[in-house]
Amino acid sequence: MPSLVETRALTAFYGDFQAIFGVDIRLDAGETVAVIGANGAGKSTLMRSIAGIITNRAEMILHRGEPIGALAAPDVVRRGIALVPEGRKLFSSLTVEENLQVGAYGRSVDGPWTLDSIYRLFPILKERRRNPATALSGGQQQMVAIGRALMSNPDILLCDELSLGLAPVVIKDIYAAFSKISAAGAAIIIVEQDIAQALKVADRVYCMMEGRVTLSGQPAEFDRADIHAAYFGAEPNELH
Amino acid sequence: MSFIDTLLQGVLLGGLYALFAAGLSLVFGIMRLVNLAHGDLIVLAAFLILVIVSTLGLDPFVAAVVAAPLMFALGWVLQYHLLNRTLGKDILPPLLVTFGLSIVIQNGLLEGFTADSRRISAGALETASVSLGNISAGVMPLITFASAILVIVALNQLIYRTALGLAFRATSDDVVTASLMGIRPNSIFAIATGLAMVIVTIAALYLGTRANFDPTAGPARLIYAFEAVIIGGLGSLWGTLAGGIILGIAQTVGAAINPEWQILVGHIAFLLVLLFRPRGLFPRAAD
Amino acid sequence: MTPGLETMTTEIEAPAGWRVETRTRLSTIFAVISLVAVLALTAAPFLVSRGVIQDLFFILTMLALAQNWNLLAGYAGLISVGQQLFVGCGAYALFGLVILAGLDPILAIPLAGLFAMIIAVPTAFFAFRLYGPYFAIGTWVIAEVGRLLFAQWKMLGGGTGTSLPREATREMLGISLLQDWFGMRASAAADALAYWLALALAALTIVFVYKLLRSKQGLGLAAVRDNETAARALGVDARKLKTAIYLLTAFLTGIVGALIYLQKARISPDAAFSLTDWTAYVVFIVVIGGIGTIEGPILGVIIFFLLQNAFSNYGSWYLMALGGLAIVTMLFAPRGLWGLICDRTGWELFPVRRLLKGGPLRQDDKGGPNG
Repeated sequence: MPSLVETRALTAFYGDFQAIFGVDIRLDAGETVAVIGANGAGKSTLMRSIAGIITNRAEMILHRGEPIGALAAPDVVRRGIALVPEGRKLFSSLTVEENLQVGAYGRSVDGPWTLDSIYRLFPILKERRRNPATALSGGQQQMVAIGRALMSNPDILLCDELSLGLAPVVIKDIYAAFSKISAAGAAIIIVEQDIAQALKVADRVYCMMEGRVTLSGQPAEFDRADIHAAYFGAEPNELH
Repeated sequence: MSFIDTLLQGVLLGGLYALFAAGLSLVFGIMRLVNLAHGDLIVLAAFLILVIVSTLGLDPFVAAVVAAPLMFALGWVLQYHLLNRTLGKDILPPLLVTFGLSIVIQNGLLEGFTADSRRISAGALETASVSLGNISAGVMPLITFASAILVIVALNQLIYRTALGLAFRATSDDVVTASLMGIRPNSIFAIATGLAMVIVTIAALYLGTRANFDPTAGPARLIYAFEAVIIGGLGSLWGTLAGGIILGIAQTVGAAINPEWQILVGHIAFLLVLLFRPRGLFPRAAD
Repeated sequence: MTPGLETMTTEIEAPAGWRVETRTRLSTIFAVISLVAVLALTAAPFLVSRGVIQDLFFILTMLALAQNWNLLAGYAGLISVGQQLFVGCGAYALFGLVILAGLDPILAIPLAGLFAMIIAVPTAFFAFRLYGPYFAIGTWVIAEVGRLLFAQWKMLGGGTGTSLPREATREMLGISLLQDWFGMRASAAADALAYWLALALAALTIVFVYKLLRSKQGLGLAAVRDNETAARALGVDARKLKTAIYLLTAFLTGIVGALIYLQKARISPDAAFSLTDWTAYVVFIVVIGGIGTIEGPILGVIIFFLLQNAFSNYGSWYLMALGGLAIVTMLFAPRGLWGLICDRTGWELFPVRRLLKGGPLRQDDKGGPNG
């Protein structure tokens, strides 16, 4: 059975600069997969490629076996793949509720996620629904961003650097919602620099370094040294 | 002519200028594009209405209703196939392409219609007037002003209460993230320009029935539209109406002092606002 | 301290023969050719007919206008559609000084430029409050204000305009010289004089622009054009630079305006402040030729002249075609004809890129400053 989402020898460029050098990852239904790695490893580029912000060769990215690498973002969203972008990227002239509503613009299907169910997931948002979205705290904005992506009732949720700039207690709250999101049926890929958090929620993990996958498998298989090596590219006792 | 009379005329003229400006304002708000051919498109629409009136014998208002979807289609095609290609970080391409477009439209109209001055006849409405106490106001200027208000109300409803308006605002904030929502920016831009052309058609109706126009009348209309937007402040349609009114009053006051000074006083009012309030009188706080 | 440090200097002309140059072999050849061409052009009034001189005058004045607009828009990023303000102001200043103050036209020309530059000060003040397309339209509005104001000046003909008195042009500085030495008739001498001034102006504008771009200010300008915030962070005073360029181009454009209308000898507000003649055509020349290069406007003006000659009889169709050509060029060849040529051949006749030349090739076995 074909995976939900799969990349095959994916390459991606920013102009002349190559950011990804042949990456193979896969996501199956019901899974939560983590992609970890240092800054500049290519994790966000990977997310943006799958989401269609970066166009690649069609056969490099498959969705249920169909090539989608060359599709642009609006078409990718319509297929049920939603991205929570790095840096939240909320619409500053829209209220919280409007930000959520616009998430369903391109793909408005019946499913577990509606305004009401998202307000149940993140109750604080209901209180703030009429506030301009960018007036909220970082953690609350992240909730809006996640809710906005959920409004399209995606089969696949891509989360890029959720914990960036957030306090640990806030990060915990956000990740607490993940089990509910997963339970409602979405398969999730999370990109994280916070390794501990990522490994806690993930069924499988990939580690990227300088545009390549350096490690892949289940969190239980690896110890700290393995992760360190894959993350930084050196044996632990070689680093000063 | 009493001062109140002049003032009223200026306010009503402001309605016409607000109609000129509304389309410009909408397009700039969504895609940061200023179409230098905007005034020429108003004149084009006026000629279109004229043709419909003379070939189909329709009443000008009905002719405008017929012309509106045609102008929408023109605007949509123009944006989707031509102007979308100019959007980007560089401000030169849209300026130069729309400048070239302005020249093409003006000269195309000259070839098609000669340089003769035209007028769209509105029959009895043209001279009808209504008395408000001591002063009288023309019916057409009143209808023009009322139309301006209706258009602005309708636009605001569209922008703030509909899904399309949501898409407009989201695209204006962040094009890339908007595409993540399933919004197709190229289509949104084309719809916005199409919509602007519908407003242009309404403006053209009132322009054509109010005064003579000829193929070279475009640039002056662009300048009035632009002045109304700057005086009022970017980002607010009601501000644009206010800007139009102030411009209209400046012009009518100038004309009352000396007919040759009408346009000049308008420009001076614009420069004064630019001097003391470079962001306009009612700018949107966010900008 | 590392041992090699004492031998390093802080100047670009470092030891071991490295130097920064912009000259290339092609540009040196071109410099020689253009010198010859300028000499030939200078001799032209004695060699060719008056009609040809008048054509050359048109080409040279349009070239000067184009180089100025290119400096403003292509290099300083100030896209103005209001340069006709300075053409008109320079022209009216000339007429005013000659008719009302009895000044010799030749002497009035630089003063006319000065007048245009003075007008540029409040203009910049207002226009710089606007950005991008709004700046463009703002300059247009201010030009319109100029047109309307000068149309009120009854002493210079108001809305219908006026002519230069014939004695003024016939007794210009230098005319009698030309009559005595070369036996030219007064009117031919006037044409020749205007022509030489135009030639000098065009040549000087090009030389000036070239020198500017090769200077430190030019580097700053290029930085501002590419990324103003970054340039500011490096200490480039963008505002001062742009203002200086704006005033300078106003001065030169004013002089061109004075020269053009000296030759025409008849002025009216609509003509002197015409958007079509002094902006639309100029923009066309620069865009078709290649914006942001010195070679572009030269190529553009030649093409424009040929097109004008061949097709201007077709009136509106011709203008439509010009507009259409500008659109197509901007979409598919945004760097103009010279850009296409440059891409194919890599030629740069006025090279402004700084090249590092001259030093020996050293092979180090280790990289880095510390070995």
